Amino acid sequence: MKRGTPPAPQTRAGRPAVSRSRRKEILVREEILGTNRKVAAELRKRFEERGVLAVNMISSPGAGKTALLEALADRVKGRFRMAVIEGDIETERDAERIRRKGVPARQITTGGACHLEAKMIGKVIPSIPGDVELLFIENVGNLVCPASFDLGESLRLVLLSSPEGDDKPKKYPEAFLSADVLIISKADLFPHLPFDAARAAREALDVNPRLLVFVISALTGQGLPEFVEFLAARLAALRHA
Amino acid sequence: MHELSLVASLFDVIECHVKEQKPKAVTRVRVQLGRMSGVVPELFETAFDTYKKGTLAEDAELEIVVVPVKARCRSCRRIFRPAPDAYSCPHCGSDRWKLLEGTDIVLEKIEIEI
Ligand SMILES: Nc1nc2c(ncn2[C@@H]2O[C@H](COP(=O)(O)OP(=O)(O)OP(=O)(O)O)[C@@H](O)[C@H]2O)c(=O)[nH]1
Ligand SMILES: [Mg+2]
Ligand SMILES: [Zn+2]
Repeated sequence: MKRGTPPAPQTRAGRPAVSRSRRKEILVREEILGTNRKVAAELRKRFEERGVLAVNMISSPGAGKTALLEALADRVKGRFRMAVIEGDIETERDAERIRRKGVPARQITTGGACHLEAKMIGKVIPSIPGDVELLFIENVGNLVCPASFDLGESLRLVLLSSPEGDDKPKKYPEAFLSADVLIISKADLFPHLPFDAARAAREALDVNPRLLVFVISALTGQGLPEFVEFLAARLAALRHA
Repeated sequence: MHELSLVASLFDVIECHVKEQKPKAVTRVRVQLGRMSGVVPELFETAFDTYKKGTLAEDAELEIVVVPVKARCRSCRRIFRPAPDAYSCPHCGSDRWKLLEGTDIVLEKIEIEI
């Protein structure tokens, strides 16, 4: 004779006790970029203790980040020791361009990711010369995503090149909001374009009133001496802090 | 587009908060997305659905709360919510203000089955 299924043992509340699952809520309230922020904070401390001015450069692809670094390499030679970390989705090309200027450069290829993260910087730090004073980090060309990731830098630059148009700051506010410095690049092209540099600067300052604005041409060198003096002052301030 | 790497960080935070409890499953996840966080809710959702496959959160429901931007005027000290594309204080017209809210991506709570 076959026995029927025995009745499930009952809990006091009258529910079957066999499936003892219950649901539970866990309050977290944690910023999900918290881990990146922690790693970035450690990097920043390390840079500042060693007197390194770390500079994170953000822009759309082709705004002239590498060209600006090449021009800076010539200007700071013999005055400051400079090194570059290059972030790109693929290829070693930008690092090679920098090395041709006699400046140590380390390429990070993200293999698809549209931004650099603090832990990627942490990984390559051991291959950067220990006595560097100006460490530039060229982020992946993208005006949106890199803005969310702190890399431990002390200075964040956003580049806006004249061919991109003067209406970009309000269309892509994130990068402008988080930067310390706006570089309006490719100034030599102003005569050929309907670009209004004053409007671009005004829009960017509306988004972030504490931005410092430089107008630069990597091609002609316009605005570079002022920018180098600004970097020198920031480096001195960091060292005497 | 970096929603997938944000979702990866989200899963790190979830993991860190549930591992002690050894849950059978994660059933709900509630995330606050700041309107100025640079994240598109729809893309975040798609990335979540892709990423959750094969994890404890395989059947989890994602709930997104969009957090509006809140700012404090540095001139008149009042708090206001800047409208998209309006970058000055509606009370005194000053453009010097500080963002208080609306830029973060926060994991608010998780529901697990134990
Ligand atoms: N006229 C002019 N062209 C420039 C200037 N700076 C850069 N360019 C040109 O703009 C193009 C892109 O410059 P890059 O320096 O490679 O730009 P990038 O921001 O490093 O680009 P990605 O790394 O791909 O994001 C190149 O063809 C440069 O020659 C400038 O000051 N004036
Ligand atoms: Mg480049
Ligand atoms: Zn005001």
